Amino acid sequence: MIISVASGKGGTGKTIIATNLALSLNKNIQFLDCDVEEPNAYLFLNPKISKTEPVGIPFPVVDEKKCNYCGKCAEVCAYNAIAVVKNKVLIFPELCHGCGGCSFLCPQNAISEVNKPIGVIEQGKAGQIDFVHGILNVGEALHTPVVRAVKNKINNSKTTIIDVAPGTSCPVIEAVKGTDFCILVTEPTPFGLNDLILAVEMLRKLGVPFGVIINRADVGDKKVEKYCKEEKIPVLMRIPLDREIAVAYSNGIPFILQKKEWKPRFKNLYSKIIKLTVGTKKGRQK
Amino acid sequence: MKVAISSQGDNLDSQVDARFGRCNYFIIIDSETGEFEAVSNQASGAMGGAGIQSAQTVAGKDVKAIITGNVGPNAFQTLKATDIKIYGVASGTAREAIEKYKKGELQEFSDSSVPGHFGMGKL
Ligand code: SF4
Ligand code: SF4
Repeated sequence: MIISVASGKGGTGKTIIATNLALSLNKNIQFLDCDVEEPNAYLFLNPKISKTEPVGIPFPVVDEKKCNYCGKCAEVCAYNAIAVVKNKVLIFPELCHGCGGCSFLCPQNAISEVNKPIGVIEQGKAGQIDFVHGILNVGEALHTPVVRAVKNKINNSKTTIIDVAPGTSCPVIEAVKGTDFCILVTEPTPFGLNDLILAVEMLRKLGVPFGVIINRADVGDKKVEKYCKEEKIPVLMRIPLDREIAVAYSNGIPFILQKKEWKPRFKNLYSKIIKLTVGTKKGRQK
Repeated sequence: MKVAISSQGDNLDSQVDARFGRCNYFIIIDSETGEFEAVSNQASGAMGGAGIQSAQTVAGKDVKAIITGNVGPNAFQTLKATDIKIYGVASGTAREAIEKYKKGELQEFSDSSVPGHFGMGKL
């Protein structure tokens, strides 16, 4: 069972939900933080990291002795990352996606590939929970390969909980796709609703079943509730605005440790998800 | 000597387009004879790297100078690899721009004038 926790916008409390869910279940859990630009679940789970691996992409290098400046590489690069001008081949690292197209198609075999590091993944244990997160190098624009590397660590014998980056961009899609269920965390404000709708559209396209958790459910308006009802989206949980929860969050403490009544609620959330995924047949990602 | 002007339209009375990588046309004009051709800019709708593509397009036309509004860092780097000079112009028609160029009234860029993705507008 792979559950992703996503949100259309940042700051809705996605990581709080993901970490509290993981700690409530605790046994046989694997936690993946795929928010590789700003991984912060470790602040709540305090894992002991035991293994670090680099993540790289193949980056093209041109052998000027073999190159005849035919321009083929610039033509084939779908990302416009190469320019061939006046007996020079320029490669723009921030545009290159490491797809290998140019080296494959260069008629002179002048392009070879070196491994360019773009981030790392760290693995360890947070109590009984298996913990993995990816960290993108500062200034690096290519998130998706790091997300993919984190997801490669999925252990199918465990229940995997994935903390996804906010938004609906490529790395978010990469993290959510192939999961058995997605929890969308939102808040009852016009912005919350707007971004929720975008996230719902994304999940429907991906064919991932989902439900909504409304955080700070007692402030704001009723439009999110109304939308979910109209769209027949299950609201799995409502978390009120609560001083203790907010203080726990700012101290990096998962709130179920202080507010014990929430632990059975998160367990119940998991049961609801199991029920909702029964009978949904879908191709799981390798 | 051939000069390229980033332009909104395909003739000399078209307005100059300030966005180098995202302009609709490049007007390639011979500054001595006044002969010109309009080359449509294939890169204007590209997701990324439009400036790099545009730079290759004009470099392929063997121009010696470019008149435009803003050049992003990647396009600038590409043009620097050639010996093409870049001159700035804020507004007016292509015809006015080439006149100013001939009179030496335009300023040459020594660095990229805007950050990347400047001309993309809101998606
Ligand atoms: S395709 Fe190969 S030979 Fe042609 S310009 Fe590119 S690197 Fe040089
Ligand atoms: S590896 Fe792919 S993205 Fe990078 S320069 Fe070559 S063709 Fe372009």
